[in-house]
Amino acid sequence: MTATAPAIQVHGLEKSYRKLHVLRGVDFDVERGSIFALLGSNGAGKTTAVKILSTLLKADAGTATVNGFDVAAQPAKVRESISLTGQFAAVDEILTGRENIVLAARLRHLRNSGPVADELLERFGLADAAKRKVATYSGGMRRRLDIAMSLVGDPPVIFLDEPTTGLDPQARIEVWNSVTDLAGKGTTVLLTTQYLDEAEHLADRIAILHEGRIIVNGTLDELRRLLPPAKAEYVEKQPTLEEIFLAITGDRQ
Amino acid sequence: MNRHFLGDTAVLTGRSLRHISRSLDTIITTALMPVAFLLLFTYVFGGAIKAGTGSYVNYLLPGILLITVASGVSYTAYRLFLDLKGGIFERFQSLPIARSSPLWAHVLTSIVANLISLAVVALVAVAMGFRSGAGPLAWLAVLGVLVLFTLALTWLAVVAGLTAKTPDGVSAVSMPLIFLPFISSAFVPTATMPGPVRAFAENQPVTSIVNTIRDLFAQQPVGTGIWTALAWCLGILIAAYALAIAAYHRKVA
Repeated sequence: MTATAPAIQVHGLEKSYRKLHVLRGVDFDVERGSIFALLGSNGAGKTTAVKILSTLLKADAGTATVNGFDVAAQPAKVRESISLTGQFAAVDEILTGRENIVLAARLRHLRNSGPVADELLERFGLADAAKRKVATYSGGMRRRLDIAMSLVGDPPVIFLDEPTTGLDPQARIEVWNSVTDLAGKGTTVLLTTQYLDEAEHLADRIAILHEGRIIVNGTLDELRRLLPPAKAEYVEKQPTLEEIFLAITGDRQ
Repeated sequence: MNRHFLGDTAVLTGRSLRHISRSLDTIITTALMPVAFLLLFTYVFGGAIKAGTGSYVNYLLPGILLITVASGVSYTAYRLFLDLKGGIFERFQSLPIARSSPLWAHVLTSIVANLISLAVVALVAVAMGFRSGAGPLAWLAVLGVLVLFTLALTWLAVVAGLTAKTPDGVSAVSMPLIFLPFISSAFVPTATMPGPVRAFAENQPVTSIVNTIRDLFAQQPVGTGIWTALAWCLGILIAAYALAIAAYHRKVA
């Protein structure tokens, strides 16, 4: 593997559940250190694709490699290279925040699980809540803990399946900041989302998954060029409801 | 992969033992129904039941201990079900850990939790007048039979936890298991039952296990009954284990 080889390579991926063809031949590559957004409506097959890439599901046809390892032939190697943050925060409610991260660190067979946990809690603004049971956390805190657990051991490739679904606007911005931060440090991020603005805001490349196929794949600029060129029009700029919400609830950052 | 099996299982068992120690109510509720049966049958029905010459508590306890395990394993199924629903199971499966460790952690935790419940019920029985002159070897044999029985029912509970669609479906596993001792020698001698019922009672697993434990407590020779009891426990254990592993492989690809 050369250093410039893509972190994720997917070719002709197919998957059916009984008669339902969820993936009908999906192809895409993700460059190292980039953020790649898989955009699609509910049921488009985003989660299925992520599950195959994270070795939770076997594909019916096609090949996929992650960090140079084949997901079907070398699943153990793939698992050492990735982390998965699923659609629902996969945290242990009964343990404290710190115990959750220590658990993830021990399962990654790290020797210094304590310091690793403290560093991540600090980085994700959870140091004050470290000793509280996760059951008392807000949705945003849970999501941050979830992502913090995924970063234990610095896996080179991270899958985020709809990381902001169900979060309030502030929590969403917190998650966005963490993701941008990650990519800045050289981690490859594949995220799925149904929010167009999320893909627009975060991703270096965007692929649209529709009815089991990638119908468009490119940078935001490339996607824009698919439409007729912009023409100047006079439009009164009204603040969006989100801007108003954030202004009056005092986002003091 | 397998070189991590013991370590990973230990870490995950530590996690679920924390769940137990932080919700001691599950131990209490497990012990509650068997203790209620113990009180009801000793002080309400007991006077009218002729079950040999000794005290009725002595006669009753072995069957009550089996009911304790039968109700206890429903929590094992429930904890496993919650892990699967909550997404933390997928997190474990995407980590570089031994594949079967998450299951074994639940099984070991089930043994510990049930042993604690059994101790609580036995202590209540002692307070109610249960006495046994059994020596250390006989006690060890009783413990061995109970652990084997718990292991067998635990794997049945694992099948339920892996395959159930709803929380109600999970707890359904315990119902027939709790009911089975009623048509056995657990409460009354089988000789009092009409033909077909007696035939069923004498040839179902609970009777041989109850009789074995009763004989061990009463310092009577266990005869060939102990082999029938062990054969039942082992048979259920092997069948349930095979079913559980098959269900697990369907789940985790």
